[in-house]
Amino acid sequence: MRESSHPPAGPPLAGLRDRIAALSGPDAAPSSRIATGHAGIDAALGGGLAAGRLHEVFAACADEAASAAGFAAMLALRAGHAAGEQALLWLRCDDAERRAGGLYAPGFAELGGDPDALLLALAPDPVALLRAAADAARCAGLVAILAECWGNPRILDLTATRRLALAAEQSGVAVLLLRIDAQAMPSAADTRWQVAAAPSVALDANAPGHTALSVELQRQRMGAGGHAWRVEWDRDRCIFREPALSGALVPLPQRGSAAAAAERLLRTA
Amino acid sequence: MKGALRLAAVDPVAMRLGLAPGLALADARARVPDLAVADHDPAADATLLDALAAGCGRYTPLVAIDAPDGLLLDITGCAHLFGGDTGLAADAEARLIRAGLTLRHALAGTADGAHALARFQTAPAPDEAAAIKRLPVAALRLDPEAETGLKRAGLKTVGDLACRPLAGIAARFGADAVTALRRLLGEAESPIIPRRTEAMIRVERRFAEPIASTDYALAVLTELATEARARLEERKAGGRRFEALFFRSDGLARAIMVETGQPTRDPAVVMRLLRERIETLRDPIDPGFGFDMVRLAVPVAEPLAATQLKLEGGAIHEAEIAALVDRLSTRLGRGRVRRFRARDTHIPEQAQLALPAIATATPAAWVPPAPDEPPLRPIHLFDPPQRIEVIAEVPDGPPHRFRWRREAHEVRRYEGPERIGAEWWRRKDGAVDQPGLTRDYYRVEDVRGRRFWIFRHGLYSEKPDPGWYLHGIFA
Repeated sequence: MRESSHPPAGPPLAGLRDRIAALSGPDAAPSSRIATGHAGIDAALGGGLAAGRLHEVFAACADEAASAAGFAAMLALRAGHAAGEQALLWLRCDDAERRAGGLYAPGFAELGGDPDALLLALAPDPVALLRAAADAARCAGLVAILAECWGNPRILDLTATRRLALAAEQSGVAVLLLRIDAQAMPSAADTRWQVAAAPSVALDANAPGHTALSVELQRQRMGAGGHAWRVEWDRDRCIFREPALSGALVPLPQRGSAAAAAERLLRTA
Repeated sequence: MKGALRLAAVDPVAMRLGLAPGLALADARARVPDLAVADHDPAADATLLDALAAGCGRYTPLVAIDAPDGLLLDITGCAHLFGGDTGLAADAEARLIRAGLTLRHALAGTADGAHALARFQTAPAPDEAAAIKRLPVAALRLDPEAETGLKRAGLKTVGDLACRPLAGIAARFGADAVTALRRLLGEAESPIIPRRTEAMIRVERRFAEPIASTDYALAVLTELATEARARLEERKAGGRRFEALFFRSDGLARAIMVETGQPTRDPAVVMRLLRERIETLRDPIDPGFGFDMVRLAVPVAEPLAATQLKLEGGAIHEAEIAALVDRLSTRLGRGRVRRFRARDTHIPEQAQLALPAIATATPAAWVPPAPDEPPLRPIHLFDPPQRIEVIAEVPDGPPHRFRWRREAHEVRRYEGPERIGAEWWRRKDGAVDQPGLTRDYYRVEDVRGRRFWIFRHGLYSEKPDPGWYLHGIFA
């Protein structure tokens, strides 16, 4: 009697798992992943950046706005390269233009993008910016949206990011939320990155080399965070790669001591 | 005048009390101690007149504004819809009285005649020609000198002037006086310049009773958009601009305009854009005493053939992006959604044009970057460039250290100079011997790896102490 009223633990547990998987719906597994080309990053992300998700890119400090913008643009270009399309919407606030300078299309082309496929929208305030982003995230014709948000506006809370994430899931558009001069807050983003500039591998005559960045994967939804890498952007192949081993190579520094580490190395070199 | 506050306009009650425009406010207050005054606001007057002109669109498409306080309507062929000339005038008068305005109107065969009669007629006359002849010479709208001259010559009315030989008038008071006289008498053309040209497609609905609900007006507008689609389909066209007009029963009208990047005739798209625009209005649409007519006009239309869809869905994606551009342009403003176009120039800040995306220009060729080169142009560009303090080892050498936004940057790597000369061939005044300053651009990287684009404005041979500027930041 006792045996029959309490069946073995195996089948119901599996059933529950199935039910949970069904409830969590498309959240569980992204339809596709965009390989970044960098072995370490791809391994940590389980194959690449999830397509059709919200990703947050933080600048390490307000001075690193261009580095973070560049990294987000590179991710968007990666997504476009994988999808075979280019259309990208860059949303900015008016004060971003003033503080970080205007978006420069020839510079975007130098990163490997097609300025003809780039749309720039300027919002007067963060409220309008997020509204436009939520609207644009439903437009499946775009490959990626880059919403640049300065500071910590009150409107940008968990609900707002959840709205963006849902819209991205439905349309398959990669939504990159670029946060500059901002504190990390709870959000519905799939991954959170922190970006700072890194000394490049010098070319001949000590000229600055290819774009090098130190990126940190601070958090990811279905995996472990806290990894950091130094990456170099290969514009011609549109992928990230390990910096070349020639020239002065700076080991990955701890936060805040990048300058000191670089200086030490350059002194010894 | 001489710093005194003066009356700009008076109402009929004040006029009966002996006040007139031009009287000093202090004198007026002395005569009428409890005088109510309001500041003269010409802009608000112009706005009201414009709204009234839009409201007169219910009578005729040809409405001209006769600033500062008149409207000219060409009602040829329209008056029978309102029970003849007098019926139309009575309808307009009733509406304006409801709006709290005073109206003087006149009907005449010519625009100048109507203008003069409305402003200067004091006593009724048997017919139009006689009425015009009785008008004072001020109705000719000549300059004050000529008017005084006419009065001194004993010519007090238009009729006095009309029976003189024209050659003599032209000799004494100029050809303008003759033209004005002939126009007034209907011997010369006096065309009106309509405020707005007539739209190719117009659909409208009149209501038996004024409706006070904006939502209902929008529902009617949706029906009108469907009607407009049928009319556009007949012409194989799509609208690029749509104008919704809400006519209030007190004679004012409010126009809401939206624009699309691609020709369209889909009522859902049009209504979505209109709702978007209405939501973002700073002053919402006020029904007042209610709307008694709603109109949808398509002022700009372009050919629109049935589209062939690509197998990969390329056309669908393009259409989706075009619709998104329309929505964002409607919500944020036309100039805030931009696309970039290349310009053939070496001056960095002029090498790109950010144009409104809704007015799509043809794609221009961008120069592809050379393979295996690091980025030579920054992702962010400051316009105007930002002033920095630079320490260089030798005066015309590369920067060694610079200070920007109160922070010192130690240069570790640099490349340059990339010399960009001024475009002497584009000098407006043809001063090719003064072409402007040459810029020496350097790509520099500081200790922390941040890469900047800085330049020295001018060579030492051009300028004794050239300044340094930060122009852009690389990713």
